Order: sequence, then structure tokens, then C-alpha cells
Amino acid sequence: MSDLMEYQAKELFAKHGVTTTLGKVVETAEEARAAAEELGGVTVVKAQVKAGGRGKAGGVKLAKTADEAFEHASNILGMEIKGLTVNRVLITPATPPVEEYYFSFLLDRSNRSYLCIASVEGGVEIEEVAKTNPDAVKKIPINALTGVDEAKATAIVDEAAFPAELRDQAIKMVQDLWKVFVEEDATLVEVNPLARLEGDKLEALDGKVSLDDNASEVRHPEHEAFEIREEADPLEAKAKDKGLNYVKLDGSVGIIGNGAGLVMSTLDVVAYAGENHGGVTPANFLDIGGGANAQVMADGLDVILNDEQVKSVFVNVFGGITACDEVANGIKGALEILGDAATKPLVVRLDGNNVDEGRRILNELNHPLVTQVDTMDGAADKAAELANA
Amino acid sequence: MSIYLNKDSKIIVQGMTGGMGSKHTTLMVEAGSNIVGGVNARKAGTSVELAGKELPVFGSVEEAMKETGADVSVVFVPPAFTKDACIEAIDAGIGLLVVITEGVPVQDSAEVFAYLDGKSTRMIGPNCPGIITPGESLAGITPHTIAGSGPVGLVSKSGTLTYQMMYELKDFGFSTAIGIGGDPVIGTTHIDALEAFENDPETKAIVMIGEIGGDAEERAAAYIKDNVTKPVVGYVAGFTAPEGKTMGHAGAIVSGSSGTAQAKKEALEAVGVKVGKTPSETAALMREILQSL
Repeated sequence: MSDLMEYQAKELFAKHGVTTTLGKVVETAEEARAAAEELGGVTVVKAQVKAGGRGKAGGVKLAKTADEAFEHASNILGMEIKGLTVNRVLITPATPPVEEYYFSFLLDRSNRSYLCIASVEGGVEIEEVAKTNPDAVKKIPINALTGVDEAKATAIVDEAAFPAELRDQAIKMVQDLWKVFVEEDATLVEVNPLARLEGDKLEALDGKVSLDDNASEVRHPEHEAFEIREEADPLEAKAKDKGLNYVKLDGSVGIIGNGAGLVMSTLDVVAYAGENHGGVTPANFLDIGGGANAQVMADGLDVILNDEQVKSVFVNVFGGITACDEVANGIKGALEILGDAATKPLVVRLDGNNVDEGRRILNELNHPLVTQVDTMDGAADKAAELANA
Repeated sequence: MSIYLNKDSKIIVQGMTGGMGSKHTTLMVEAGSNIVGGVNARKAGTSVELAGKELPVFGSVEEAMKETGADVSVVFVPPAFTKDACIEAIDAGIGLLVVITEGVPVQDSAEVFAYLDGKSTRMIGPNCPGIITPGESLAGITPHTIAGSGPVGLVSKSGTLTYQMMYELKDFGFSTAIGIGGDPVIGTTHIDALEAFENDPETKAIVMIGEIGGDAEERAAAYIKDNVTKPVVGYVAGFTAPEGKTMGHAGAIVSGSSGTAQAKKEALEAVGVKVGKTPSETAALMREILQSL
């Protein structure tokens, strides 16, 4: 699932007719001043990161003048919010809400369907409202086949008890937000706050959208434009270019495995083993999938060996469909491709389909960096030991 | 006995003529599955020879069922067409629909799941290795050579952990092993499989493998407490996964405290399920139980 930033979510809102104010996205304090000048009046400077709680972290500030916008932007740009560096801010006209509401559509995993959550009691503090006054937070199931038409939107608005003077606007907005949800293949569309402005105008003051990566791949090539490369770790970016499923972590044991479940399990087993070896932990998650051929193995090793934190590498493969001899040849080929670039010890555990031949190939290779261990737990222990050496 | 799939199951393959489809149809035939044909509207009337077996290609699931008496379909069609393939099979009244395809848009899965309501079809998957009743039949991509028939029932979100666990307990063997898939919306859940294993006289004990994300394991724990009398051993992958990072499966996402491996382990242990820290420890726990039976 890909989370979008507020300004990206608002672009999708605007595309589907949801009333919102786009404002201006800038990357320097100078540009922030210019944007505030152009908008005129009081503005809001908002950190653009994929994290909640921006306001509480000091990432959202009111600016009475363009100079104030400059000042706030200088403080906010470069700030860290929940571990994410702020590289851009959104400047919007300050439109103080008369009332704040909450609205969302989301994928409801437990019921394997969709859910609408709406509340006219408070916007930003919705978690608090849900705790203290759960009846004020309406949860309305949506049938995935029939979706939200005008009648359903009307039922939602009436159940949430939006004020009568906003009813028609709310019915339209609910339908437009539904369009964002289905037409963009989102798993979450959230407006918090959904604001009642002066003159009884309903507007999405903030927006959060999560997109389904599978759907983006299958039918939304345009979603690629939402990806912001500079945010990705350089190793993650390199892995992505090679089509590898890689996540950078903080430890020193590089991990390569096949299948997401087995690799996650490998991370756990290495972390447990690390408890006996100076507390070493996994350096990454890397799933090379079913076809562990030489090139994929070489690409994976290349990414991991370029991680300066890595002290040892654990290759954990269970040969299911892929036979272990193919995997062993993949490792052999990868070491040939990498040549002198391969500098760190490799602990290899092969099991499953054609394991004897796979182990034989690696024994015969007799590479000084490669150690074979027969069990997953034993291999994890060896890799942790080498990382702590 | 077994669950959902046995030696009498007649299987068709949607997407049999594609790369994945033909490779795995061959392996299914080799595993002893009774594959009776495939479906591809553009190649209707032709036939394909796989693993020495001449397999007819039909224009629709309905036609294939009428001509062969098929009651199981395995789906390998690409993700963009998976929803339509599923709906076609459900409309034709297929009994068991095993969807192997990875990368299906989650809204498509949600629509298919809603469409199943009131229909006679059981869906497994999508994004799963399918189901194997060792020695009898395979509907999916699980290697049939790992383990033979025996008293253990296995249900797992993850494909490779299914294989790993079958390998660890290969000396005991399995009644049925089912990979339900890790996507946010799936047709058959841990609870469905637990219920079926509880009712299957050949299954003496159950291994349940989960991973981070969602609350399926917590719900399964609640179900076990009230409904399962057979011993259950559990394993959960992802104790050290960092919050907010996606690790391959759409399902493998930690969001907040709920859905963590620790929360799942605690929920399972609270109802008497022994939970292993690693796959081999989990297998050792099951081994102890099997030896005392």
C-alpha cells in the first residue's frame, strides 16, 4: 500500500470533484514566502510527510505574513517527523473552520469489504471521540458490489447526522470521495478535518489517501508520478531499479531468502541468534522470490554488499518449485559476476527440492567466503557469530 | 479423508496454456491430480499435452464442467483478468476455486468475495500456493515431493513457510496442507480451515502459521477456544519486522500495536495454543504432541 502526501491526496480529491484547496507545494523557505505573498492574507504552512501527528510535532503553523511563512518554512523544512525528513511544505490560505467533522472510506480486512466511518463530533481528535463517545462515530458497511450511489450517500449523511444546511453538499461530497476510493483503487480515503467554513461551505481541509500497489501496477500507470524517489533509501532505490523486494533495516546481518513469509521468519531467527552474539540484528529484508537464478542472486548480493553496515550475509533458501541446484548455481554465478566486489562472509542454508545436488555444487566450489550450514537455526547462529567477529 | 480436496476431485485449470499455468499443470499431473482440462476462450477446441496427458481446452468453465464433471478450478490467469475468471467460475457453480495469481487488485478481491455470498463456491486465495492432500491430489503449486500423507493438518498464510513446515514434519505427513494467502481479502481463512480440520477424522493435530498484519490470528484464537478440540500448534512470522514497512505481502504490514507478531502470539497462547519462536521449534512442539497421541 502506498500512502500519499496531503498535497497528492488533494490533487486526487480535486480530480474527482471533492471541494478542497490545493495551495502551493514548495521546497525552500524563499518559495514559501513567494507562495504566501501570492495567496495573500493569513496562510498555513504544512509539513508534507507520510505520517500522522504533523501538527503535534510542530509541522503545521499559521503565518500572518509572508515573512512569517518564510520563518515557519525555514524551521519546518529539514525537520524530522516520526523519522521522516520534511523536504517540502504546503502553503494554503488559512480558512478557520466553524465546525470540524471526520469522514473516511476504507478497506475493512476483518469483514473483507469496505467501511465508511463518519462523525460530526470533532475532526482532528477523532480517536478521542471514538473512545469517549463511540456512538458519535458512525461505522457504515459498504457492499463491494453495489458501492455508494446517491441513495447510499444520502443514508450515510443522514446516519452521521450532518447539519441540514450542509446535507446536499455532504451527499455530493460523499459520492465524490467514493469516486476517489474506487476509481483510484484506494484502500483508504480520509478527510480529517472535513470542515464547515464561513458561509456554510463544506471543504476537505486535509486529506489522506493510501493506494493499492497491485491496482496501480495493473491499471493505474499514472500513479507512478506520486512516487518521490528522494525519500527512498539509496539502497532501496537501487534494489527497486533491479526489481528486488528489499527493505533496509538497521542491523549488520544481510539477509537473502525466497518467499516473504520465510524471509520474515529468517529475520526473527537471526535476531534471536544475535542475542548470543553481541546483539547483532538483520540488516535488511530481501525476498528474491521463486526464480533464484544467478542474475537475481547477483543483483541481491550486490545490493546487500553495498550496505556498509553489513558484516555477514545469510542466504536462506527453501527449494520448493525452484530446485536447490539452480540456487547453488545462482550463488556460484553471482560470486563470479561480483568477483572482487564480494568481500563479506556468506552463510548458506539450502533445503528442500534437490538439496543434495545443491550442497554438492557449493562444496565443490569451495569458495573461501562461503560456509554451508544445514539448518535454518544453525545457519542463523553462524551468520550472527560472523557479524559479531 | 482430508479437507476440500481428495483423489476424486476433478480439476480444471483457468490459464492452463500460459507459462505459469502449463508449468504447474504439468507438476499437478505428476503429483497425481486428476486434471481434466483447461479453459481458454481463444483456444477452445484444441488440446495440450502436459506430462504425457492429453488435456482438452474448453471455451468456458461452464462448458468444461459439463463435459468433464470438474468440481475444482485452479486459476493462473494474470491479475488484470483474475476477477472475471473467478466470477465466471462462480457463475458456473464450481465447488472449489483455487486462485494462485499474485498481484490481484484488492478491490477486485473484495468484489469477488462479495459475489461469493449465497453461492456454492469455496474460494482459496488469491496469492496463495493452493492446497495439497498428499498422495491424493494437488490444486496449486506446493511441491508434492516434500511430504506424504499423515495426521497433521496445516493452514498457513505464507507459501514458503508452508513448504518449510511440511519439510520439518515430513516423517509424520499431512492430511491436507492449505496455503490461504497473505492478501488483505482472501476467500478461505484460518478459521474456515480450522473448522474443516476439526471435522476431519484423519486430522489428529493442526499447525497454524500466521504472519504480521490484520487480526486473522487473533480471531482464529477466539475460534479455537470455543470450537477446536484437537491440539493446535502455532507459528507467527515477523517479530522483528519494523512498524510501517511493507515486507512483500500486502498482508504483512504492521499498523500500530494490533497486528504485531507479539499480539498474535499472546492471543494464541491465551487459548492454550503452543507457539514456537522459530519454524523448527514449532515443528518440535508438534512432534511432542504427535508422539504422545
